Amino acid sequence: MSLFLQLLFTGFGIGAIYAMVSLGFVLLIRAANVVNFAQGEFSMLGAYAMLILFAGLGVPYLLAFVLSVAVMAVFGMVFAGVAYWPLRHRGQLPVIISTIGASILLANAVLAAYGPSPQTLPGMFDNPGFEVGEVFMDSQYLLILAVAALLVLLQYLVFEKTMLGKKLQATSQDKEMASLLGIPVAVMVLITFAYSAAIGGIAGVLVAPILFVSTGLGSLISLKAFAANIIGGFGSIPGAILGGLALGIAETLGAAYISVPYKDAFGFAMLLIFLLLRPQGLFGERIAEKA
Amino acid sequence: MTRAATASPPQSNWRRGVPGALLALVAVLAFAAVAPAEGYYLNILMQASTYAIAVAGLVVVLGYCGQISLTQAGFLGLGAYCVALGTVDWGLPFFVALPLGMIVTGVFGLVLGLASLRLGGHYLAMVTISFQQILTLVLTNWISLTHGPDGISGIRRPVLPGLDLTGGRAYLGLCLAALVGATFFTWRLKGSRLGRAMQGVRDNEIAASTCGVDIFRIKVVAFGISAALGALGGGLFAGAFAYISPDQFAFNESVVLLTMALLGGVQSPFGALLGTCFLVMLPEWLRFLRQAYLAVYGAAVILIMVFLPDGVWGLIARRFGGRGRAQTAGAAGELPLLDRRAQPSEEIALKVAGLSKHFGGLKALDGVDLAVRRGTVHALIGPNGSGKTTFLNVCSGLYRPTAGSIALAGTDVTGMGAHQRTQRGLARTFQNIRVFRGMTVLENVMIGAERPGNDVWRNPSGVVSRAVGALQFVGLEDAAHLPVGALSYGHQRYVEIARALAGSPDVLLLDEPAAGLNLTEKRALGELLSRLKGHGLTILIIDHDVKLVQQVADHITVLNFGKRIADGAPGAVLSHPDVVAAYLGEPHLHEVA
Repeated sequence: MSLFLQLLFTGFGIGAIYAMVSLGFVLLIRAANVVNFAQGEFSMLGAYAMLILFAGLGVPYLLAFVLSVAVMAVFGMVFAGVAYWPLRHRGQLPVIISTIGASILLANAVLAAYGPSPQTLPGMFDNPGFEVGEVFMDSQYLLILAVAALLVLLQYLVFEKTMLGKKLQATSQDKEMASLLGIPVAVMVLITFAYSAAIGGIAGVLVAPILFVSTGLGSLISLKAFAANIIGGFGSIPGAILGGLALGIAETLGAAYISVPYKDAFGFAMLLIFLLLRPQGLFGERIAEKA
Repeated sequence: MTRAATASPPQSNWRRGVPGALLALVAVLAFAAVAPAEGYYLNILMQASTYAIAVAGLVVVLGYCGQISLTQAGFLGLGAYCVALGTVDWGLPFFVALPLGMIVTGVFGLVLGLASLRLGGHYLAMVTISFQQILTLVLTNWISLTHGPDGISGIRRPVLPGLDLTGGRAYLGLCLAALVGATFFTWRLKGSRLGRAMQGVRDNEIAASTCGVDIFRIKVVAFGISAALGALGGGLFAGAFAYISPDQFAFNESVVLLTMALLGGVQSPFGALLGTCFLVMLPEWLRFLRQAYLAVYGAAVILIMVFLPDGVWGLIARRFGGRGRAQTAGAAGELPLLDRRAQPSEEIALKVAGLSKHFGGLKALDGVDLAVRRGTVHALIGPNGSGKTTFLNVCSGLYRPTAGSIALAGTDVTGMGAHQRTQRGLARTFQNIRVFRGMTVLENVMIGAERPGNDVWRNPSGVVSRAVGALQFVGLEDAAHLPVGALSYGHQRYVEIARALAGSPDVLLLDEPAAGLNLTEKRALGELLSRLKGHGLTILIIDHDVKLVQQVADHITVLNFGKRIADGAPGAVLSHPDVVAAYLGEPHLHEVA
């Protein structure tokens, strides 16, 4: 039983990472109708930015964290300008292929610069954690959960309570109407890319002490986030969060009770099952028939 | 059977391209005979030729059918493992293991294609990525079957009685011959009925289904063909290098294959060939940035998408295009439906009873009855939002009705999909035009002529002459070889009408054909409809334009708020007080306003 609770805790932590990346992913789908296959590369780059600032240049942890996230926000806008903007009127497939290209470009550019060996990045706290009953509460996992909860709350407040949030929502629902109402759609899309990259960067910095920093981090996280999204319901914000958590828990339990080498296969198998049996996911709308 | 006589066959179709293919075969065999018998360049040639076969599979699934597949390296790997395990572990001869691999992989492709039943675009991309990842995990971890991460070595090349293919040159000859075959097959597929149906699915699924194309089956077949071609390339690859391991068939390689197809031009097997050769050579040229060459790949993908949407071959074809088109001069066949001179009869061609369609709480259609008599023009009119287009969508099978039944010539078709109804003689056009934008005018209409159940649908030359005949009828035969997007809005509408007519339907549904046309175009449309009238074709037309409706209709039904409010002869219906009120507003509401 204590093993189960321990696994549950770990699963929640990993799931929160998936949920954060998945959240950035959903926002791009909603704001720009972009299915971004380079979403995980945002996390990978965030982790490398942290590595350079904190481990390389000796910037204090919190400041390095904030700077890394800021760098990622700017990077998100550059990414939008290169991989999305020129193709925005050409339908979904060219953009999908272009983001796949971007993902390969980023992963391998970093690989060429830093080599294949995984780097370690320390966590925020020196204290590894403490025990509650028989469950060991790792401090990094607790941090992940806290930051994830804070981000969800913040995003809710921004989207529901501020004018910027309303404009972003309007843009995601109907670009044409939003632009007729004087909302600068291009700016809204850029903001979404920036936010999406920033949240990916946060996830990357947080997960780095657990998974190591390597160039393969991105594609791993991308695929998990995508899977979380489909399990939760494509384009649904609560779906992204719950899908991420569900995937993290399923993976952790699967690895412990069934098979370690096939750990990553559970997510994909779960994904395939959802795609075939319930493609609208847990929270999604029925995929509408169009005529 | 006069039309059979007038349809002079443009070419004997089955021989199209055969001389070229034979020439290419001789050329590659001659090349193989003088190629380096071993060493680096031989390896490059073998890799290029086996990869190019797999890339041809991507041309089919992505280029023709428009379905994204990120698992082509997985298919390549399945084929390679079948040959490797077959020749090394199971003692099968090479030429048994190779087709076995194609069959096994083809079945995987079909199953993956089944996922496209409800999923497109990004969903399908994800399914294929998942399949690819799971396959890599299985190849790495199921050691007792696959030898695990160490891979399989000692893969044997084939020896036939009297023909030893184990030598470098001989085996290269085999690979190149297979490449010529695969390229020829893929090229011929594009101009075939199946290939056209795939392109129809790619350009507009809804329009394709109303042309009688079973979208789902076509997608599954495209995936199957693509998988089998991948396995053919993979099997030959295994023999070429005698050693394979799981990492050679990982997700990254799928992306490399995709890049090859996109760079060369995914619409054409020649483009794919070009792209493959280029990218196999690229690492050689980019040796100086060894580490970063995958990064260059990634950048290339973005740049191709932005600057070369049709790939290198797209550029070449645009510059030198226009040759080798199917001959159409003098090929115009008659439209058999114009041979009919049937008088309007009392027989019911289309019977709709109690039809309802609810969207959530909205009753878009509420118990509508309608009967279209054979040989008449029946008009369905009503104000905006009265449910006319919903009615047509339910009739043609794009929407499932909430209640009620639809019968075509006495056969109940309520439970059938759109393509099945089309096969039973229904055809339609769309208010917001749905043509196949990637194809020429003629090809658009040919898909219509290939309606299953049409008398010429299996006869290629009959299809061409039927399509040209239909184009002649609407006055567009001179535009036959233009891309359909080059036509004006009004003319695109005629292409749709020609596409519907070419299938010789029994019942034609016209969805607001006058919408978006200017006055001259409307007049021409009226004339066209008058010419159609009296040829025994049964027409149900929806429109706002009361003048047009008066000009052609034998019978009018009026809808308002999803209910039928009037039905009968034009004069009586148009002066019916409820109809006047629906169109002009209630008198007392007017006073209030």
